[in-house]
Amino acid sequence: METLALLGEGFATSLSPLNLMIVILGVTAGLFIGAMPGLGSVNGVAIVLPLTFIVPPSSAIILLCAIYYGAMYGGAISSVLLGIPGASTAVATTFDGRPMAQQGKAGLALIAAAVASFVGGTISVVLFTLFAVPLADLALAFGPAEEFALVLLAFTTFVGLGGDDVLKTIVMICLGLVLSTVGLDLISGSPRLVFGDLPGFYAGISFLVLAIGVYGIGEILYTIETSRTAPTVTPAKITLRELGAGFRAMNRMWKTMSLGSFLGFFVGMLPAAGATPASLMAYGIARSTSKVPESFGKGNIEGVAAPETANNAASTGSLLPMLTLGIPGSPTTALLLGGMVMWGLMPGPMLFIEQPDFVWGLISSLYTANFAAVLINIALIPLFVWALRMPFTVLCALVMVLCIVGGFAPSQKMHDVWLIAGFGVAGYLLRKADYPLAPLVLALVLGPLMERSFRQTLISEQGNVLAFVERPLSGAFIAIAALFFVLPLVKYLRKGGRQSVAPAE
Amino acid sequence: MLVADRVIAIAIMGLSAYFMWHAVALPIGWNGMTGGPGGGAFPFWLSLIMMLSAAGILVRSLGAEPTDQKFFDGVMLRSVIVVVVALFVTIGLIPVVGAYVAIPLFIFWYIRIFGGHSWLLTACLTVGTPVFLFFFFEVTLKILLPKGITEPWFFPLYAMFF
Repeated sequence: METLALLGEGFATSLSPLNLMIVILGVTAGLFIGAMPGLGSVNGVAIVLPLTFIVPPSSAIILLCAIYYGAMYGGAISSVLLGIPGASTAVATTFDGRPMAQQGKAGLALIAAAVASFVGGTISVVLFTLFAVPLADLALAFGPAEEFALVLLAFTTFVGLGGDDVLKTIVMICLGLVLSTVGLDLISGSPRLVFGDLPGFYAGISFLVLAIGVYGIGEILYTIETSRTAPTVTPAKITLRELGAGFRAMNRMWKTMSLGSFLGFFVGMLPAAGATPASLMAYGIARSTSKVPESFGKGNIEGVAAPETANNAASTGSLLPMLTLGIPGSPTTALLLGGMVMWGLMPGPMLFIEQPDFVWGLISSLYTANFAAVLINIALIPLFVWALRMPFTVLCALVMVLCIVGGFAPSQKMHDVWLIAGFGVAGYLLRKADYPLAPLVLALVLGPLMERSFRQTLISEQGNVLAFVERPLSGAFIAIAALFFVLPLVKYLRKGGRQSVAPAE
Repeated sequence: MLVADRVIAIAIMGLSAYFMWHAVALPIGWNGMTGGPGGGAFPFWLSLIMMLSAAGILVRSLGAEPTDQKFFDGVMLRSVIVVVVALFVTIGLIPVVGAYVAIPLFIFWYIRIFGGHSWLLTACLTVGTPVFLFFFFEVTLKILLPKGITEPWFFPLYAMFF
């Protein structure tokens, strides 16, 4: 009941003319960013973040969340119309979305994607609202030891569940953590890793510099290399009859959609998992529980609805640990966290006590963003068809310029612009060599928290390392972290055992 | 693919060593006075883990079978290199001739010469982008972009908007 009252007050904030306009603007921008092949929510948030200085901090976060939401909706558009996922999160949508478009049902597929995204978004926002307060209350009991254990747990999920090469994941986590230590030592204040006393490094390496480099410049370079020929855009028309047919079809899929929403929400909370695996899992479940599994992959509307509910639910799910615990559940929420810290809004349980207006304004804006996204998405479909015909070179040039200027604006130092270019090239090469980028960005954002909580605990416990396992909550987190860490080892040994049998044949 | 894998692994090992060399400037061991590790410990030991993991990747690739998969797509690699060079030249030019010369030059090069688009589109973007940047960053956000030798050209504009 108290939650409802707080949420009601939140709506008073989020429905103010400025914030409502911001939500609509953000969702529209997000839809276009998501619809562009290659650019997803994380690229959109990284590139747009420096531009959000134009509005007050709390509105800036609402704007970024709206972009995040819009981009999750928009990913489906290029999956259906081009057959290329607009972002990795929309990969599963191509499986049935593309065949539907080829059968002349592109409009229906887009409506299904939008409505499914809305259902997934709404169910997950309700779950978010219900879980936020209990989780924040729990997190209030956290001391530095628990914080350290939780960050450690977040990193080990990448090792245990990430699915990428384990050694390469560890390299990227360590690289991010080491880069986060550049600048002044947290405890003693002495400079470290300033690389020959370069003054630019004294301020440390901003998460924004790394994110714009890797997700802006790096992404564009990657897309330049992989986009050899311009893809053909399938035309899509939206008529009232198709809208009606779409809604009737969606009405039969409540089971698939609610399953996808719950699945997406909980998978999305894990830092290593997130929207892409959630949507693939939801697609798999929808196919295996369907009465006509063979129709999947040939243009079954359920195959569009399932992944789209799950990836939107996952994006909301990943906001939950970010806002309540200060541990982001995805690279995009890591950037949101970095942005919030930059604006002096420290995410975590204290935010719910100190800034309830902001927190509930943000949560309620997720409801409005969802509502705005589904309407704008369906209304602007003809515009997206037109925008997807935009030559890729134009997009590249403009994004590059935004990266240069956006990288300069926050610190006003050319040093950061050079770093962005360097990180861009390095990120492009690392990505080509299958090094996962998400742990790198998460590690840079969480690095200071991890080091501070580790050293604070040891100072207050007079150097007793066992302090981390003696406290019940932190001990439990460390135990789960250890489990995740040995998980790939167990898998490897079992696989290795089989391999050693093979040569004997 | 294997060669690229090895080169990157060796580069990461080199980078780790470089980080470690810088990290030892601060104490990396246990600080008995306050309890807990010294200021250099975090970067030092994490760099060591990074180096060992990269060494693991290198050792693994030595035992792996070569694959046909190419690391670079020969045709498209040229475009990537050209764009990277243009990007670095643009960033290098910004402090000298100013953002309002370097950025239009970059856009003109990218749209007209690299992209081969029409003169009309090129003109719109080459003029439109700096105008947008000026009004967004300088007028609204009061963030001044570097102008280099073109600074005096902007005095009348400053007088008009500030």
